[in-house]
Amino acid sequence: MSLFTVRTTQKFAFVFLRMTAIVTLGCLALILFYILHAGLPHISLEFILGFPKDMGRSGGIFPTIVGTIWLTAASLVVAVPIGLGAAIFLTEYTRRGRLIGVIRYFTANLAGVPSVVFGLFGLAFFVIHLGFGWSILSGALTLALMILPIIIRTAEEAFSAVPNAYREGSLALGATRWQTIQKVVFPSALPGIMTGIVLGIGRVVGETAAVFLTVGGALHLPAGIMDPCRPMTLHLYLLAAEGISLSRANATAAVLVLGIFIINTVANLLLNYFPGNKDTERQKRGGKERIKS
Amino acid sequence: MNKFTLGPKKLEAVDFSVYYSEFQALRQVSIEIPARNVTALIGPSGCGKSTFLRSINRMNDLVAGVRTEGELFLDGTEIFDEKVDPVALRKRVGMVFQKPNPFPMSVYENVAYGPRIHGLKSRRRLGEIVERSLAQAALWDEVKDRLHQSALRLSGGQQQRLCIARLLAVEPEILLMDEPCSALDPISTGKIEELVLDLAHDYTIIIVTHNMQQAARVSQVLGFFLLGRLVEYGLTEQVMTNPIQRETEDYLTGRFG
Repeated sequence: MSLFTVRTTQKFAFVFLRMTAIVTLGCLALILFYILHAGLPHISLEFILGFPKDMGRSGGIFPTIVGTIWLTAASLVVAVPIGLGAAIFLTEYTRRGRLIGVIRYFTANLAGVPSVVFGLFGLAFFVIHLGFGWSILSGALTLALMILPIIIRTAEEAFSAVPNAYREGSLALGATRWQTIQKVVFPSALPGIMTGIVLGIGRVVGETAAVFLTVGGALHLPAGIMDPCRPMTLHLYLLAAEGISLSRANATAAVLVLGIFIINTVANLLLNYFPGNKDTERQKRGGKERIKS
Repeated sequence: MNKFTLGPKKLEAVDFSVYYSEFQALRQVSIEIPARNVTALIGPSGCGKSTFLRSINRMNDLVAGVRTEGELFLDGTEIFDEKVDPVALRKRVGMVFQKPNPFPMSVYENVAYGPRIHGLKSRRRLGEIVERSLAQAALWDEVKDRLHQSALRLSGGQQQRLCIARLLAVEPEILLMDEPCSALDPISTGKIEELVLDLAHDYTIIIVTHNMQQAARVSQVLGFFLLGRLVEYGLTEQVMTNPIQRETEDYLTGRFG
């Protein structure tokens, strides 16, 4: 009798868990379907490679794509080296102590600060105080600050997950700590680090408020790092918010979503390309084999 | 303590003690380890034998709050002298760990790792060293066709021999082995033991083991540790058959351990 009830409870639990999974997937599919359904019909080569006319009512979105790429690349150039350096310092060169705890606490809190606050800071500090003006530079620095906590946190986790036996094995061969980090720890941690970078890219590409306050919103093609620009998110926000053209906003959104989709796919393919990681991947997969009943 | 002559001494400890913060893990250990022989260290868990082993290549430096007293000489040079660079020391004193720990790279890359970090670039030389080291570790025949496959796909015993090959590639003088067979099956253990006996012609080997039969099979010299002290030290045959100390006899006959 009791066995029966335990089995029934388990069945209910499974049904509930399955429902949550279906709801999650369903929402995702719905959003994707809506955006692609509303946007795709308006996408053409001319839309992607053309210049906007009449504030975006017609023409293409080429400068906004370029703007997004500029901003993403520039903020990664700043955030990735600093983030990885900090993560290496925190995990490999310091013993767990008070200072580390404090730094970790602040990074965690920094990650929770709303992006518009970062934008406000960027406006006050980079745009006005340092005199960078509304520019890709101001925006990229602001966005770099914004994604730094994510990159540090994921990289830290990736480094911590590297077995100590690897470090010992390397040191016991007469390698220095730095050689050990470069040649053994870093390659093993690379998949985790890449995950953090991809998450960072996602946030930069998707950011609107902080960008609005720091890069301006000029619709022409940016020629350099000191130029203002208008990335895709900002463009679609302005198109929708100011009632310029909802269909164009949807089309921009579709391009944006497809872009992120492509980035994620490429990142995944790259990860599988590194030979050393295949085995860890396989181990992970092996560990997750389903246990029946 | 027994006197014995087995060639020149390679390593000598004089009243050597190790502390982890307040805890004293080694108590005034004095020992002379002969070159080109296998010295086995036995004793119950927590008796200090691994601590002693990890002092010789200064892997213990990495532990927080570690402190040493007394002296430890390698070829007459004090290991804990300020002028000794632990990184350079570890090139001379290699270590094999309890659990095989090949890097997540190919078999070839694992063996080439050591020579590479020490500055060797020539592909031809690297290839030679990889082959020679794998052959020395009695692994070449088993892996020669899959040098570029991941080392993690080898069996446990093969992985441990790969770790030994990886070590031999940097041409150390001393091999420290910290229970190298504890994670292996009997057949792999047998292969490692054969290998140890073979390598003793060229290297000074110090092996920590919980397996008394293993100590008897592979070592010429035997040290028994208890509670941080070196209780007995001498030729393996003598210690095994005719121990001087009561504690050694109790341990060997299985009265505690």
